[in-house]
Amino acid sequence: MTTKLLTALLLGTSILGSAGVAYAADVTLNIESWRGDDLAIWKDKLIPAFEAKNPGIKVVFAPSAPTEYDAALGAKLAAGSAGDLITCRPFDKSLELFKKGNLADLSALPGMENFSPVAKSAWQTDDGKASFCVPMASVIHGFIYNKDAFDKLGIKVPETRDEFFAALDKIKADGTYIPMAMGTKDLWEAATMGYQNIGPNYWKGEDGRAALIKGEQKLTDKDWVAPYEELAKWKPYLGDGFEAQTYPDSQNLFTLGRAAIYPAGSWEIGLFNTQAQFKMGAFPPPVEKAGDTCYISDHTDIGMGLNAASKNADPAKTFLSWVASPDFATIYANALPGFFSLNSAPVKMADPLAQEFVSWRAKCKPTIRSTYQILSRGTPNLENETWVESANVINGTDTPEAAAKKLQTGLDSWYKPAK
Amino acid sequence: MAADIRPKRPFRWHIGIFLAPAVLVYSAIMILPLAGTLQLSLFRNIEQHQVFVGLQNFRTLFGDPNWSVGFWNALRNNTWFFIIHMIVQNPIGVMLAALLSSPRLRFAAFYRTAIFVPTILSFVIVGFAWKLILSPLWGVAPHLMDLVGLKSLFTPWLGKEQYALTALSLISVWQFVGIPMMLIYAALLSIPEEVIEAAECDGITGLSQFWKIKLPLILPSIGIISILTFVGNFNAFDLIYTAQGALAGPNYSTDILGTFLYRAFFGFQLQTGDPNMGAAIATMMFLIILGGVCVYLFLVQTRLRRYQF
Repeated sequence: MTTKLLTALLLGTSILGSAGVAYAADVTLNIESWRGDDLAIWKDKLIPAFEAKNPGIKVVFAPSAPTEYDAALGAKLAAGSAGDLITCRPFDKSLELFKKGNLADLSALPGMENFSPVAKSAWQTDDGKASFCVPMASVIHGFIYNKDAFDKLGIKVPETRDEFFAALDKIKADGTYIPMAMGTKDLWEAATMGYQNIGPNYWKGEDGRAALIKGEQKLTDKDWVAPYEELAKWKPYLGDGFEAQTYPDSQNLFTLGRAAIYPAGSWEIGLFNTQAQFKMGAFPPPVEKAGDTCYISDHTDIGMGLNAASKNADPAKTFLSWVASPDFATIYANALPGFFSLNSAPVKMADPLAQEFVSWRAKCKPTIRSTYQILSRGTPNLENETWVESANVINGTDTPEAAAKKLQTGLDSWYKPAK
Repeated sequence: MAADIRPKRPFRWHIGIFLAPAVLVYSAIMILPLAGTLQLSLFRNIEQHQVFVGLQNFRTLFGDPNWSVGFWNALRNNTWFFIIHMIVQNPIGVMLAALLSSPRLRFAAFYRTAIFVPTILSFVIVGFAWKLILSPLWGVAPHLMDLVGLKSLFTPWLGKEQYALTALSLISVWQFVGIPMMLIYAALLSIPEEVIEAAECDGITGLSQFWKIKLPLILPSIGIISILTFVGNFNAFDLIYTAQGALAGPNYSTDILGTFLYRAFFGFQLQTGDPNMGAAIATMMFLIILGGVCVYLFLVQTRLRRYQF
C-alpha cells in the first residue's frame, strides 16, 4: 500500500512538476506537507495572497497522508524528487533531516527575527546556533469551560488553584454537570491535557525545562512532582468510569453539555465551535496565589523549511520570508482557529475563543512541552512513559512520588546531561 | 524392438517447473523475511551503519531492566491471554459443536452461521464495537446490567488494570469461538453412524456417549485447535492495538508480545523505532512459537491415539 501511495505521490509531483513547464517564465515551488486538511486554505487564501505580491512565483501545495508523510518525504528526498519547501515536524524528526543535509540553514533568513527563541526551539540544533525551519503555528493548553453552566451555578472563572478546586466542588455538589471531562483510557489525555497543561506553573516554564535538560533539576524534584499531586486530586471530579473514557468520549461529553470544564488544547476550538450549542470560555492553568506569574504551554507544532537540494532556493526563500511575515500569520491564524501564529507581531483573530487563548501570551510566559526536546531520544522514551505514568497517577495506580521516580530512573538510564 | 531404441528417461524438468512458483513465492515472502529478521537481530545501528554485534541485542533484551521488565510482562500477559483462550474458547467451541451436531436441534444452520460471523469481522470493527458496548458513558453494557439489577457489578473493565487483559481475552474468545466450533463440528460429523449405533446397542447414550465415544474420536482435532490457538495468540496484536492503542494501557497491563514488538520495531509517537531490537523480540517470538509447536508435535501428537474406520 505504501509503495502504491508513494508511486502515486511521485507521479503526482512529476505531473505537477511538468505543469510548471507551461509557465516557462515562472518558477513553481512545491510544498510538501502532511496537512491535507489545510488544502483549501492554502489554495484559496494563502497562495493567492502570496502570488499577488510576488508575480513570477507559482506555489503548489502538495500534501500527503499524515501517517505516510515521514516515510514518503524521506524517500522523495533520497530520490531527489522532493518539493522545494518542506513542512517540518517539530524537534527530532526535522533535526535528523537537517543533520542529513536535507534541510537548508535558515538562521539568516529575513523574517526569522520575528520569532522568539522559544518559538524557534523546535527547529534548532541542540546548541541553538542554527535554525532550519520557519515556525508556523503552535497550540496552547488551558481549560475550556461551559459558560452557561458557570453562569447557572454562579461560578466565576478561577484564577488560583483554590478557586479552581472550589469551582469543581461546587459543580460536583450541584450534580447537573460532570465537573471535568477527561479520561485516562487513551493515556495521552492525562499527560498532554493534564501534566503538560498545569505543569509549567509549577516548574516555571522554560526555566524548569532548561534546568531539566541541563541536569540541574530532576523529575523527582518538588516542582516536577507537584503537578502529579494536583492531577491525583482531579480523580473525584472526573466522570463515572473515566478509566475507560477515550479522547472522543471526553470531547463529546463536553460538547453535549454534560461536562462543565474541559482540559484542552487550542486545536479543539474549530471542532467545539461547530458542535457545542452553548457559550464557551477559556482560562489558563490556575496559579497558586493571585498575582503569581503564570506560565502556559505554547507548544510549537508545525514549521516550514527549505529543501537543501532545491533548484529554486531564492524564490523559495522569498516565500519563507513571507511565511515569517505578519501577513501570513493573520491569514493562517484566522483560517485555522486554535493553531496560533508564533510570530511576535500580534495577530488579529475573529474567533473569541481563539482570542482568549492567545491573549494569555501577553500576561503569561510561554514554554513548550517538557518532554519533547532532547529528552525523548532514548529508551525508555520519556514522553511515552509520561503518558503511562500520568494515567497511573490519576487512576491511583501510582503515587505522584512513585511515578516521578520511575520517570527519572528511566531517563537516567540513557540520558547524561552535558556538563 | 521399440523398447530397445527408447531413449534414456529424460530429466523430469516439469517437476521443478511445477514446484517453482510455490517454492519461489514461499521463499520470497516467508523464508527470506524470516531469515532477514534473524539476521537483523544480530546487528545494531551504530553511527548510521549496521554493525554485527552477535547476541548483544538479546543480552540487552534480557539484561537491561528497561527492556527485560517489558518483555517478561508481555510474555506473562500473552500466556494469560492464551490460558483464557484454552479454558474458555476451546471448551465452549467443543460444546457448541456438540450441540450443533445434535440431530434434534432446529435452526442449526442459523446458529452455526451466527456464531461464526464474528470470525470474519475485521479487528478494527470488533475492537471499536466492544469499546462502545463496554463504554461507561454510552455503552449498552451498563444499561443492560442496570435492567437486571446488576449495575453495581459494572466497572469500566477496559480501563482497569486488573480486568483489562481478561476482558480483551474474552472479546477475542467471542470473536474466534467459531473456529474451534467449525473444526470440531466437522470432526463430529465424520464419526461413522455404525460407531454411534454400536454404542447405542451397548446402552451408551446421551452425555456418556459424548464422553466415552465422541470425545476420544475428536481428540486429534482438539489437539490441532490447541496448537492453532497457541500460534494465533502468541502472534496476536490487532485487537489490543485497536482497543487499547500501541501503549497497551492501562500501565502496560494489556501489553502482549505483538504490541511490545510493534513499539520496539516501528516506534511510537516520539519514540523512534529500533528495527534491530524489534527483530530480536520477533526472533524470541519465533522461538517461543517454535518451541511450543515442537512440544506439541513430539510429546503430545505422537501419543494421541488415532482410529481408522
